[in-house]
Amino acid sequence: MSTAGANIAMQNPQASTARQPLLSVRGVKTYYGNIIALKGVDMDVNEGEIVTLIGANGAGKSTLMMTIFGNPRAREGTITYAGRDITKMPTHEIARMSIAQSPEGRRIFPRMTVYENLQMGASMNGMAYFDQDLERVCTLFPRLKERLQQRGGTLSGGEQQMLAIARALMSRPKLLLLDEPSLGLAPLIVKQIFQIIKELNEKDGMTVFLVEQNAYHALKLAHRGYVMVTGNITMSGTGKELLDDPQVKAAYLEGGHH
Amino acid sequence: MNAPSITTTAQTNTVSRNFDLAAAFKDALKAALITLGLSIPILSYKTNQSGADLFLTSRWGLVAIVCAIVFGLRLVLHAFTASKAYAKATPSPRQATELVDAGPSAFQKASRFGVPFFLGVALTFPVLIYLIQGGLNESRYWVDLGILILTYVMLGWGLNIVVGLAGLLDLGYVAFYAVGAYSYALLSTTFGLSFWICLPLAGILAAFWGMILGFPVLRLRGDYLAIVTLAFGEIIRLVLINWVDLTNGGAGISSIPRATFFGIPFTAGEDGFAATFGLEFNGMHRMIFLYYLILALALLTNFVTMRLRKLPVGRAWEALREDEIACRSLGINTTNTKLTAFAIGAMFGGFAGSFFAVRQGFVSPESFNFLESAIILAIVVMGGMGSQIGVAIAAIVLVGGPEVLRNLTFLQSVFGTGFDPNEYRLLLFGAGMVAMMVWRPRGLISEREPSVILKERKAISGSLVKEGHG
Repeated sequence: MSTAGANIAMQNPQASTARQPLLSVRGVKTYYGNIIALKGVDMDVNEGEIVTLIGANGAGKSTLMMTIFGNPRAREGTITYAGRDITKMPTHEIARMSIAQSPEGRRIFPRMTVYENLQMGASMNGMAYFDQDLERVCTLFPRLKERLQQRGGTLSGGEQQMLAIARALMSRPKLLLLDEPSLGLAPLIVKQIFQIIKELNEKDGMTVFLVEQNAYHALKLAHRGYVMVTGNITMSGTGKELLDDPQVKAAYLEGGHH
Repeated sequence: MNAPSITTTAQTNTVSRNFDLAAAFKDALKAALITLGLSIPILSYKTNQSGADLFLTSRWGLVAIVCAIVFGLRLVLHAFTASKAYAKATPSPRQATELVDAGPSAFQKASRFGVPFFLGVALTFPVLIYLIQGGLNESRYWVDLGILILTYVMLGWGLNIVVGLAGLLDLGYVAFYAVGAYSYALLSTTFGLSFWICLPLAGILAAFWGMILGFPVLRLRGDYLAIVTLAFGEIIRLVLINWVDLTNGGAGISSIPRATFFGIPFTAGEDGFAATFGLEFNGMHRMIFLYYLILALALLTNFVTMRLRKLPVGRAWEALREDEIACRSLGINTTNTKLTAFAIGAMFGGFAGSFFAVRQGFVSPESFNFLESAIILAIVVMGGMGSQIGVAIAAIVLVGGPEVLRNLTFLQSVFGTGFDPNEYRLLLFGAGMVAMMVWRPRGLISEREPSVILKERKAISGSLVKEGHG
């Protein structure tokens, strides 16, 4: 599996695109204690792209996402965002650089209302655009509008996921990091959420980095994709290339996905 | 298919509606007889020693009382289970839609009528007591009790910021109370500063110590945090005992200047309060002033907390309680958020402490032991973490309760003259806590009121929502 990655080529994305990547990860190694979780990851996300990272359980996808946010911190390597080195920056400062994250497991505030959850999302830019942005996420997620006064913990799983994404959007991010937005959701809701991600990218030009197990939907949506196996990026390519690759097919797309 | 189920419901209905009194009576009698059997060897005789002789004193009255209690409780239990079964058999029509279409919850009911009621009683309390007791001197005990309760209400509200809002379990809150008390005691006795200057200084000093505690425990949560804060409380107390040069050690600091009415002392002299306002001198004037002082301080605590909850910092506290990681990824500086929670919580503890010192006129380390911390924390937990009115009710119950016990002297005629109900204070305290954990595990008022009300209030019980962790 790991050697086969060479087929599709470890191409350097910078060679194919002239643009400066918005986020670039170079040789990042992350440890949990003495256990190595990321073994030197290189990855780029260009402005205006949807980039997806697929891989099996425990491959290190979420670790990479969290490492970009500085929690846990990369022990080696550099992470650059918009030309600035953010490797050693505290998490909350990274968040203030117009990167938003919808972390794994949604992590909404269960005892606070939907409205308050959204306020929390907007708090880093001083609530300046709160009303406008509230309107906007309510158009994107009409379900949330009905439930603004309801406590986050009483929402269904899908609604909680919508809330997590909406909360991340409230800070007007340039780069949106999504960790498994389809986890545990009904196929119809997954479709809705992926449709919204697409809209955000096409209409608002938002750059999206998507970590997914739902490889079929993610690769179909993404401009480019990376495949991660036990802490290494083994393949990369456009979404279509990866979808058609027999290795990827065998490892991640077997079974009913349509 | 339907018919059998209908008949079964009907049967259960009739069964439970006709509460079988005879059977319950019989069962209760049986239980009482068993109690009688058991109590003959245990309770009915007592050995009394007089010189070298040993006497047996019979205590049949006590046995009768115990049997009667068991009989009564058994009967009540029957009635209770029967009524519960009846309620189960006839579901309320609203039950199915309860989650979405909740009627006014316990919290909303409490806040609609309870808050104005409590506030009214608190504001007019000295007057009411004066009218009921028929004299200033007669109402001294009650006003004193009111001051004590309000002190704990204020401490509860202060700790509520740390524990209830920010979710940081603090077992050493009494340390800030002590810092405030000693700040006033030392500043006033050494430099002769007045209470009104010392009050903010005590708050600032306590807040400063709150930050000092905050720094080392920033990375801790839950149990670990509790242990460190517990140790901090003890450290402060031990320092107060052992730093004899500064604090006079275990003997404490006495003759702390009393409170003045904005500069006018409560004395019988020419320039005293009574003379200035043309009243007859009475020591109770000072007490009533102290009552309104602590009421104002407590209401200030409440007001500030309520305002802060609507500001970004208060919302950040609550978000921190729910999920720390999510907070950080939303750009919240969790370090600062925790430190402000510790500092502001401690500041109110410091205010309360300097009030304590001015009221007592004497401070010693003995007033700031762990039990105090435990009681304040119990007030917050019992009240429902984060609920202001719940904390106030819990303070009344936990602090006023023992005083009620003290007055139950009629029990002495039942249990003998040596019986002191106050000795059972901690037993009842424990039993009450256990009962709370069984019936209201999230405190008296467990619903968290949203900080923003959009159109109408529509609350969903907090018990339906799981607690955040992170």
